[in-house]
Amino acid sequence: MAYSEKVIDHYNNPRNVGTLNKDSKFVGTGLVGAPECGDVMRLQIEVGEDNVITDAKFKTFGCGSAIASSSLATEWLKGKTIDEALSIDNMDIVEELALPPVKIHCSVLAEDAIKSAINDYRVKNGLEAIVLEKSHH
Amino acid sequence: MKQPIYLDNNATTPLDPRVLEAMLPYFTEKFGNAASRNHAFGWVAEEGVDYAREQVAKLIGCTEKEIIFTSGATEADNLAIKGVFEMYKEKGNHIITAVTEHKAVLDTCKHLEKNGARVTYLGVKEDGLIDLAELEAAMTPETILVSIMYGNNEIGVIQPVKEIAAIAHKHGALFMTDATQAVGKIPVDVNTDGIDLMAFSAHKMYGPKGVGVLYVRRKNPRVKVTAQMDGGGHERGMRSGTLNVPGIVGLGKACELCRLEMESESIRLSALRDKLESTLNQMEESYVNGNTQHRLPHVANISFKYVEGEGLMMAMSDLAVSSGSACTSASLEPSYVLKSLGLSDDLAHSSIRYGLGRFTTEEEIDQAIGVTQKAVNHLRELSPLWEMFKEGIDLSKIEWAEH
Repeated sequence: MAYSEKVIDHYNNPRNVGTLNKDSKFVGTGLVGAPECGDVMRLQIEVGEDNVITDAKFKTFGCGSAIASSSLATEWLKGKTIDEALSIDNMDIVEELALPPVKIHCSVLAEDAIKSAINDYRVKNGLEAIVLEKSHH
Repeated sequence: MKQPIYLDNNATTPLDPRVLEAMLPYFTEKFGNAASRNHAFGWVAEEGVDYAREQVAKLIGCTEKEIIFTSGATEADNLAIKGVFEMYKEKGNHIITAVTEHKAVLDTCKHLEKNGARVTYLGVKEDGLIDLAELEAAMTPETILVSIMYGNNEIGVIQPVKEIAAIAHKHGALFMTDATQAVGKIPVDVNTDGIDLMAFSAHKMYGPKGVGVLYVRRKNPRVKVTAQMDGGGHERGMRSGTLNVPGIVGLGKACELCRLEMESESIRLSALRDKLESTLNQMEESYVNGNTQHRLPHVANISFKYVEGEGLMMAMSDLAVSSGSACTSASLEPSYVLKSLGLSDDLAHSSIRYGLGRFTTEEEIDQAIGVTQKAVNHLRELSPLWEMFKEGIDLSKIEWAEH
């Protein structure tokens, strides 16, 4: 299967690889997927004033599409408010990266990682976790 | 575009130029139908086929009359298993095979289960070999066929074929082997090994695609299979269809070259494979899959823990290799062969198979080592699992959200 140019670009030059301090109360961490399934994403956000995401980092175990999906997600997250971030839909990622149907689950995982990171941040700061409206699994 | 280094010779091999040269006249002036008995065009084609039959027979130690040409190993596997099941159903309906077989065998057996066959799928030990005691225990008076592959396509382990044949015969069953990865690579002799039926194909030994062989024993015992295709009664009635003359000529030449060059070639290949394998195995958290004593000379299967195979292959686009990982929504299941060795799913997802061949050079192996090391290190930098492992976190204790 051939990868799209955008997947290859994110794969070869992944944006925002790294680790934020998961113990900081300004940082939310989402760890989704499972090694048995062949992909695990860890996505972290750092939230500043006015609920704006000031930094985002990721590390991913998975195929090229999974790496590209999470790399793209960190790029999109920076500068967005939490509410804006929550509106990112996996199909936006599918469209941007031109993922084929067999790789849609990679984008789903990235959306889950974003929501999971936001929830981690919310819970740390005394807010309720948001119930995820749709389950893809 | 620069061609990647080809290290996927278990999938297919390039055609040897000497094989091509032998085939070419049979596409042009020697185009006849080998079954045309009344003119020179037919005789010339038939001569080519007869000579190829001799070349094939010599490689595996049988007679020319025991060779049935097919379209490939998959067809030969189907013909052998379905043909025996139909021919010997008076005697019994039980077939024994193993979980690490190629799909051409497994799916044929599954098909027969719908038609009244009882099939035992033997598990394998951690090293990929079957347990002979387990085979012995599975034999029944209704067992008509034991079908165990010679060398495995994913990990290269060689099953104890001679011992398996002895057990099958002791209980009055036939022994069939899919020897696609073994014939031409290691000495295979149907008499020494006690083989009654054997499938293999040309394109795994530097011959053309679309041609294969089913060996069917004619003496001690005389084995018969029911034809699976009706028609002109070619190949002693067992496989109808106009013979693929150029393909068969190519297969013959490929067999001859393998017979003459096998000894030196297997020494050269196992030395290159060992260099590749031992160097890569020095990397942290890398694991060699399968038995390392009883195996084909040209295969290495290595898992690089905390890195996913498909992602790894993308980072190694300079290499043409294959992985036990299949990261698609249709199948998140990693290789069933690796899983049957007891490998955890994550290690199976992290595996790469290197298949060396006749045209692999030492320089290419050195490059492959460098490319692999660089890719594994790069992806581990990206891997949350590697980071957690380095921090001493036990990954098996984490509750993963299965998806």
